Amino acid sequence: MSKANSTETRQREEEDEQGSAHGAAGEQLSTAPREERPDTGAGVPAMSVIGWVRWFWRQLTSMRVALILLFLLSLGAIPGSLIPQTSVDDMKVQAFKEQHTTLTPVYEALQLFDVYSSVWFSAIYILLFVSLIGCIVPRTGQFVGQLRSRPPGAPKRLTRLPAYTTWRTEAEPEEVRAAALAMLRGRRFRGHEVGDAVAAEKGYLREAGNLVFHIALIVMLIAFASGQLFKSEGGKLVVEGDGFSNTLTQYDDFKSGSLYDADSLAPFSFVLDEFVGTYEKSGPQRGTPRTFEARVTYAEGADGAERKGVIKVNEPLVVDGTKVYLIAHGYAPVVTVRDGKGKVVSKSAVPLLPIDNNITSSGAIKVMDGYKDKNGKKTQLGFKAFFVPTFAGHGKGQMFSQFPALDFPVLALSAYQGSLGVDSGLAQNVYQLDTSKMKEFKDEDGELLKKMLMPGEKLDLPDGAGSITYEGTEEWASFQISQQPGNGWALGGAIAAIAGLAGSLFIQRRRVWVRAVRGADGVTVVEMAGLGRSESAKLPEELGDLSAALVTTAPVAPAAPEKPDAADTPDGSAATDATNEAGSRPVQPAEAPAEGAEK
Amino acid sequence: MNLAAATNESLAEASNVLIYSSMAVYTLAFFAHIAEWVFGSRSKVGRTAAALSASSAKVSAAPAVKAQAGGTAVLERPEVVTRSAAGTRDVPDGPGAAGGTFKGDLYGRIAVSLTVVAFLVEAGGVITRALSVQRAPWANMYEFSITFSTVAVGSYLVLLALKKNVRWIGLPLVTTVLLDLGIAVTTLYTDSDQLVPALHSYWLWIHVSTAIICGAVFYLGAVGTILYLFRDSYENKLASGGTPGKFASSVMERLPAAASLDKFSYRINAAVFPLWTFTIIAGAIWAGDAWGRYWGWDPKEVWSFITWVAYAAYLHARATAGWKGRKAAYLALLAFACWLFNYYGVNIFVSGLHSYAGV
Repeated sequence: MSKANSTETRQREEEDEQGSAHGAAGEQLSTAPREERPDTGAGVPAMSVIGWVRWFWRQLTSMRVALILLFLLSLGAIPGSLIPQTSVDDMKVQAFKEQHTTLTPVYEALQLFDVYSSVWFSAIYILLFVSLIGCIVPRTGQFVGQLRSRPPGAPKRLTRLPAYTTWRTEAEPEEVRAAALAMLRGRRFRGHEVGDAVAAEKGYLREAGNLVFHIALIVMLIAFASGQLFKSEGGKLVVEGDGFSNTLTQYDDFKSGSLYDADSLAPFSFVLDEFVGTYEKSGPQRGTPRTFEARVTYAEGADGAERKGVIKVNEPLVVDGTKVYLIAHGYAPVVTVRDGKGKVVSKSAVPLLPIDNNITSSGAIKVMDGYKDKNGKKTQLGFKAFFVPTFAGHGKGQMFSQFPALDFPVLALSAYQGSLGVDSGLAQNVYQLDTSKMKEFKDEDGELLKKMLMPGEKLDLPDGAGSITYEGTEEWASFQISQQPGNGWALGGAIAAIAGLAGSLFIQRRRVWVRAVRGADGVTVVEMAGLGRSESAKLPEELGDLSAALVTTAPVAPAAPEKPDAADTPDGSAATDATNEAGSRPVQPAEAPAEGAEK
Repeated sequence: MNLAAATNESLAEASNVLIYSSMAVYTLAFFAHIAEWVFGSRSKVGRTAAALSASSAKVSAAPAVKAQAGGTAVLERPEVVTRSAAGTRDVPDGPGAAGGTFKGDLYGRIAVSLTVVAFLVEAGGVITRALSVQRAPWANMYEFSITFSTVAVGSYLVLLALKKNVRWIGLPLVTTVLLDLGIAVTTLYTDSDQLVPALHSYWLWIHVSTAIICGAVFYLGAVGTILYLFRDSYENKLASGGTPGKFASSVMERLPAAASLDKFSYRINAAVFPLWTFTIIAGAIWAGDAWGRYWGWDPKEVWSFITWVAYAAYLHARATAGWKGRKAAYLALLAFACWLFNYYGVNIFVSGLHSYAGV
């Protein structure tokens, strides 16, 4: 192993078995550092700090450790797919924690609810990427060196190479070499004449692809990480006719990365003009959604021109780098509440949450201000609301919707009065009614007052307490508004990674030598041999084609004497010697086919 | 509208009939392959044993094999001599399941013909299914499974048509295709229908089709790897002077050499790996449009990533001393197991955003 290669460089990716077996001829056929054998004691550290650091660095950048890290990375990703993750679904995590009280502290200590941002998972991929950088930097240097130098000269005995051919010709040796060089260059080999032979090489893109692929991985990682740090993501429910403008206070919920700056919210606004949902009308999949469309009017900037847009499930609206996604939809019955004097206290569309696929919905209608009871005392009203867009019909089954579209809408209400509990300062779910401080309205039988309303119908509260009217139904849509920088870089990295990968896997790097010398009888002897990174079937084929091309300018001379036979080369010992010169380690027979070096 | 619905149903019906028919033909192909192997067992070749005992006499002999490259030229073409790298165990490939016997070969040919027929029928089933719903036929696990086996058999037939030595894969392939179709028509079956809005995207064509192709071709690689492991232990046993069992010798003797099998599965896996990378990236782009983030550690995404890392580890391991050979082969199998879990396991046992209709 040459000293320059063995000290610091990384034993990554490929081992050039073929290369070392053929001495200088195969040298640097790739930049892959030679593999150190595990038993050579290469890693025994000197007892100084620097020795330890060097030892650690060599270990980290070794192929073996890289493999172990890759393995750990895939192993470490598994729990995140089986245990609910906070970043994916917080509700599920809460439910899991309530169910498993003994496991939860253990999982929390191991950060198993946040696997992908946990210390240990980060440690694995950071080590892997350090290891990767430790590999790429020296390899890039070597590759640049190879591009600036020329392919090495022909080995003494071309017969030992994996593919070999020879013939005699009447052409002059100089002519043959010139023709060979021209022919090889014509086929986009890099070649030059060294002594009595032409040396040529092709397929540098393999190494380039390999480096591009690994660099692209780093670019993708950085893009992803910066995206996570600077991203912002919020949700907003909008009823038809209402609008949203992109400021922090407008969001229903908002998450952001740790380096996010609230001032960087893109200024824009939109109004939900109409939501359109269509559903399968018949057949076994009746009720399955077919289209969801939110038609909006949006304006860029604080007072930009208004434009129309449509947001669909797979087609977000993109405004100024921010994407608006359609996430969910439902119904919002419009109700009017009047007090005992007939004065309108509130009129609003109240969004209700769907609880099944046919959009049976539930929620609460809360009247917080402006209502006075018959004695003129200020109080609050609350209604539990249950809504079905398509009612089964009176006396037919329960209050569950039969179809997701608004075919036969019915709103069921039950009424309460008292304190809604909104002034206690505790955050309250807008879809639930806290009746702990409220009194039920009673009907004539002394039961809780409730009624099913069709559009236009009203529920009268007893004793002149007022009324609530179901006016009609609007639809609502909820949107996710997110901003994540670095997407372009991630995409660019991904494309580069695929291109590089294809190059490094599909392109063969190989060398060809053509030697032409005058034989003892004055006839020129041409020898051609090829050497590849791997033992590919294509190499002899290509050599055959090249020789056929050369034969046109250096035709085979008749009555060729007996060809040099491969069997006449001393085998065994000689081959081992050659290896020793170059690689300072014996090639062991058990050491497997060099085909592996094809990667 | 009603008329259209009726046509759709009759096409869906036709698709089911075609899938069941293809299963019947695959079953016939299966029996023909069995007959091929049985008749082939009558030959006693023992070339591996001979080659291995010969090569152990002169350990690193690096035997030269003469190979005539091409034969197109009118001009006399110089002969190319090839030689294996020193240290390579130079064992000839087995003669194939038929073992060089006439009857075995006949049944083998019948099996391949039947496989071609079954493939065409199955492909017809997939296409009619697609026509019945007028969309890409891979929106649920049933459709995915029937397309998966069609592509796997199709890739095998393409390799055969390219005159590659792959007939040895016939029996294991047909067996597992039957298994796959059996599961598809029994437990995974879903009536043909339209897509939910979330799947309305041209990315369905790109992302899911490449996922199917990758799986099908990775599968061929995995079969090659398993056979490599068996054949390799057989060769090791012979090389160390042991005598394998009669059945083992009969079967193993007819397979390609361990080195050839290893090379086969490596090439397959390496060829598909960039496509698998592309599949994940295409999925990420679609996720960016559909869910508002391109990578969100959804279980399906996690397992695609794990599969990717496992195949990357295999490709690296295969070029590393101390890992190449059997250890790398185990990694390849592990990687394919990850792919399988990603398909069946994640869909059935883990809930996530990739929930398919009907399961």
